[in-house]
Amino acid sequence: MLKCEQFNKICSALDNCEHYQKFKVYKDKILALGNDSLEKTIAIAVALCLVCAVLVSFSAVALKPLQVHNKALDMKKNILDVAGLLQEGSDIDSAFAEKIEAKIVDLETGDYVEDMNVAEYDQRKAAKDPALSVAIPKNKDIAHIRVKAKFAKVFLVKEAGAIKSIILPVSGYGLWSTLYGFLSVDPDGQTVQSINFYDQAETPGLGGEVVNPDWRALWKGKKIYSETSADMSEPALSLIKGVVDNAKAGSQYQVDGLAGATLTSTGVSNLVKYWMSKEGFAPYLAKVRTDKGV
Amino acid sequence: MSEILTDETKKVLTAPLVSDNPITLQVLGICSALAVTSQMSTSLIMALALTLVTAFSSAAISSIRNHIPGSIRIIVQMTIIASLVIVVDQILKAFAYEISKQLSVFVGLIITNCIVMGRAEAYAMKNPPLESFMDGIGNGLGYSLILIIVAFFRETLGSGKLLGFEVFPLTKDGGWYDPNGLMLLPPSAFFIIGLIIWSVRQWKPNQVEKADFKILSISHGEGGHH
Repeated sequence: MLKCEQFNKICSALDNCEHYQKFKVYKDKILALGNDSLEKTIAIAVALCLVCAVLVSFSAVALKPLQVHNKALDMKKNILDVAGLLQEGSDIDSAFAEKIEAKIVDLETGDYVEDMNVAEYDQRKAAKDPALSVAIPKNKDIAHIRVKAKFAKVFLVKEAGAIKSIILPVSGYGLWSTLYGFLSVDPDGQTVQSINFYDQAETPGLGGEVVNPDWRALWKGKKIYSETSADMSEPALSLIKGVVDNAKAGSQYQVDGLAGATLTSTGVSNLVKYWMSKEGFAPYLAKVRTDKGV
Repeated sequence: MSEILTDETKKVLTAPLVSDNPITLQVLGICSALAVTSQMSTSLIMALALTLVTAFSSAAISSIRNHIPGSIRIIVQMTIIASLVIVVDQILKAFAYEISKQLSVFVGLIITNCIVMGRAEAYAMKNPPLESFMDGIGNGLGYSLILIIVAFFRETLGSGKLLGFEVFPLTKDGGWYDPNGLMLLPPSAFFIIGLIIWSVRQWKPNQVEKADFKILSISHGEGGHH
């Protein structure tokens, strides 16, 4: 009843309002005009745009908090997943807060950056900001991403003060889309724990199989850098055509390519190569190797 | 219910399912039928989204049909449709994030789906809102039906699953079924839709279109003069 009263109040207030009365008279005049008159055409166009704009902006603004929350939750879920900490039915937010520590790394030097707000830093946004990003020279841009952020947001899983896994953000172009994902490695900066892609639009069932848990399991224990070379900054890990023969020498640097998705497989190969090279995380991983307790 | 479901509303609700199906008879909305049908879950959401957009846009357009200036008719329709599609997209992003990630651009592309526009032009501009709403629902259901049939074949044959549950155990997991990769690619939907159209027209021969022109058979005396 209260609402009804208020509604009546608003109505009577509107009736008393001079502008509303003028508007009503104008509305009736316009609606009585012929459909093809110029004035009516313009009035209808303006009115329609207003109504639609209000509708669209209302839904966008009202649903924004939910969407942002979904996105953040999805990201956290993927990070927990790649760290092997995702449990069905557990609370993602609290698990993330408890087990994962985010850090910002200067890609050029490989040092941690302490004077930036870790929670607010968004590496994908920074890649679009000229002040926070650098263009990648064409001959080095094997992942086809054109620009990269100067600072990367990495995630650490610690157990009893020692790092258990390092989660690195990677991205690169596949067949249709830029794939965004995480690669988790052991603290030796050499052994892969897992990989996953949280944002990609490859062909479902072919390239889209990059999200297949069975395929992702093949990455576990693979080595990123060649153990024979003295300088650990040239990644050797890549996807090959067909199935890896584990008895062969060098199989620790190889992962099965995706059947029927040569270009996506090449893209994944290249993005791993790029992000593990000197352009990407090699300086950082070198530092992690030397002082373990960071 | 009986007074709501008059003969006209019943007709506009059921006719588009088979006898006047937007995909098989009118051959509209093919692009999204190819794009989203590799999985049943995405097809269902797409079907729902399109049905709602068609119904509400038809109702909205029909309620102002007497005041739409002829010269900007199409733009007015597009504005209403586009606004509704954006709202649907926002809702999906807020409440069905996983699915909206899979559907990606295709929700936005409902704007260009010929079924929505076609119903607005062909029906909503001439009929009252309630009937137009029902007509939108009916056509949406007709589209949904075909999408579900196509998705059923593509997902089961292409990945041995249905709605993510295993139907045929795959050879790579130690089963017997070797999935057909073609079924996961858009062209397979062409074949399936083609087969559906063929079987519907076998069943209802009056749907077969008359040829635009006849090929003359060469009888003696007519050919060979060139």
